[in-house]
Amino acid sequence: MNMLLVAEYRQGKVLGNFHELLAFAAQLQGQPSLFIVCDVNAPPAFPGRVYLADVATYKEYDPSSHQKLLLEAVRREGAEMVVFAHSSYGWDLAPRIALALGAAQISEVTAVVDGDCVVPACNSKLRRRVKSLSHTTVVTLQSGAFSAQAPEVGPSTIIPLEIDDATPYTFQGYETAAAGGVDLGKAAVIVSAGRGIGKPENVALVAELAKALKGEYGASRPVVDAQWVEHYRQVGTTGQTVAPKLYMACGISGAIQHLAGMKKSEFVVAVNTDKDAPIGEIADVMVLADLKQFLPVLTEKLRMV
Amino acid sequence: MKILVCMKHVPDMESKFKIAADGRWYDGGDLAWRINEYDEYAVEQAVRLKEQLGNSDITVLSIGPERVKEAMKKALAMGCDRGVHVLDDRPSDRDAMAIATIIAAFARGRNFDCIFTGMQSQDRGSGQVGILVGEMLGLPAVSTIVDFSCNGDNRYTVKRELEGGVRAVVEVRGPALFTCQLGLNTPRYPTLPNIMKAKKKELLTVPVTELAGTGNVQDTVQLFFPEKKGGGLLLEGEIPELADKLIAILKEKTTVLA
Ligand SMILES: Cc1cc2nc3c(=O)[nH]c(=O)nc-3n(C[C@H](O)[C@H](O)[C@H](O)COP(=O)(O)OP(=O)(O)OC[C@H]3O[C@@H](n4cnc5c(N)ncnc54)[C@H](O)[C@@H]3O)c2cc1C
Repeated sequence: MNMLLVAEYRQGKVLGNFHELLAFAAQLQGQPSLFIVCDVNAPPAFPGRVYLADVATYKEYDPSSHQKLLLEAVRREGAEMVVFAHSSYGWDLAPRIALALGAAQISEVTAVVDGDCVVPACNSKLRRRVKSLSHTTVVTLQSGAFSAQAPEVGPSTIIPLEIDDATPYTFQGYETAAAGGVDLGKAAVIVSAGRGIGKPENVALVAELAKALKGEYGASRPVVDAQWVEHYRQVGTTGQTVAPKLYMACGISGAIQHLAGMKKSEFVVAVNTDKDAPIGEIADVMVLADLKQFLPVLTEKLRMV
Repeated sequence: MKILVCMKHVPDMESKFKIAADGRWYDGGDLAWRINEYDEYAVEQAVRLKEQLGNSDITVLSIGPERVKEAMKKALAMGCDRGVHVLDDRPSDRDAMAIATIIAAFARGRNFDCIFTGMQSQDRGSGQVGILVGEMLGLPAVSTIVDFSCNGDNRYTVKRELEGGVRAVVEVRGPALFTCQLGLNTPRYPTLPNIMKAKKKELLTVPVTELAGTGNVQDTVQLFFPEKKGGGLLLEGEIPELADKLIAILKEKTTVLA
């Protein structure tokens, strides 16, 4: 099967996530080619055809021209599958390609079983097995689901792409989040507050427990969005990635974007009232309890240890 | 300005899910339902845009069975002006392309200046419908926005959220579509007077057959619970005992209490 893998380029760099797309292609025994809009003088190493468009002309974000360029590559390659990362670039561009090709798009693929894709449903509590009914299939792959595989060494065949486009999008540049007061990456213990804390006053329960464990406190996104906790304490894809000796997730369901930021922790304890919360999948210990009752008691006992 | 907001009714994610008899979706029977979280940000942004510009009209659209009207009433109480309920008893049988086709069929010819959707639904999570609707209507569509401003003159500056907390600043000229990400704003709670007023707002029901187009391009074969990986220990019981047990485990398995 001819596969076109879509690599990403951001802030002047080729992102490494296309190595996960390669692993996916290998698993399906497909013949991969690569598409990327990047610096034409520094294309990624890839043994095969690289469809290359110039980022100086088409910008790092411009769904209009990128769609047309990618469709041109799909056409020339006769690709039966177009493979993206399920990322801010991938989920923005993929549906535009799927519609133009009349193709099924299967989002956030975590595995392939007997030719069908498996994707998460209901905040990762469930899995859905999906079959494409169209000639061409577009997939976006969940970050981390296919372990990255470095490209083999070999010569690339560069195929330059150019199109005419009057884009309605003006990409004006990037804004980087202001760096904050604590570096969670350095903490040996992190106790994180999730939406299950219920109200801002309860952040103190989590902060107190973190102090008793001589660690720092962190938070899931809704707690940060509600401005109960500063952004620099957010753990996850759009926050910090941490790997402490102990991570305690209090009132956190365990959405993939949160897990992405903490799953390398050495020991994970979850405190949750829902036995089926997906955090249970990676927790070493799941304490089934109301955190409002459990945390103060635990903190008190730890102080006496 | 004419504004459209698209909204989905989803189960509370803390619900106990059961697989439906056909094995392809969850059983909707005993679930508590709410507005898809991402769509609440969409509703709020639409209302804020109207408050900024004045002289605007917001239509909220939802596809689903009779129960979705409850959620639509909340959106009307938050400040939408009218509701269009596309009555469909089994919307989960339709894939993202089919759902987008229905919305686009409704929006076509109605000249909306600005359309908001959530970036994804909490249950299906495809993250496709918004962008597809934009493309079907030939409008610029920007996904995953965490910041929105309308500069008058039909120009919008939005910020897309990227991995690692970086944001991309993008400008488009309307009419345009935006898919809303968590944290875009703080959705308001409807006040009692607004809940009363919402009861008098127009809530039109349209049978889905009037708008539906082609069939699905993909098929759900099976919905299932992931295998429990095992290894994880579940602690249940009285609070003080739980705390003692956990401390014992931490002493044994980690070095953090050393
Ligand atoms: C592009 C994108 C990027 C994202 N980036 C991030 C990110 O960087 N970080 C992040 O965290 N999220 C991120 N998210 C959001 C993520 O998908 C989830 O919505 C979020 O992680 C949920 O946070 P939560 O677990 O605190 O809340 P919920 O999912 O609402 O879970 C609350 C949990 O608390 C439990 N609970 C309720 N009451 C109690 C109680 N009294 N005692 C104990 N437990 C209780 C519930 O059972 C539930 O499991 C992102 C989403 C997207 C789409």
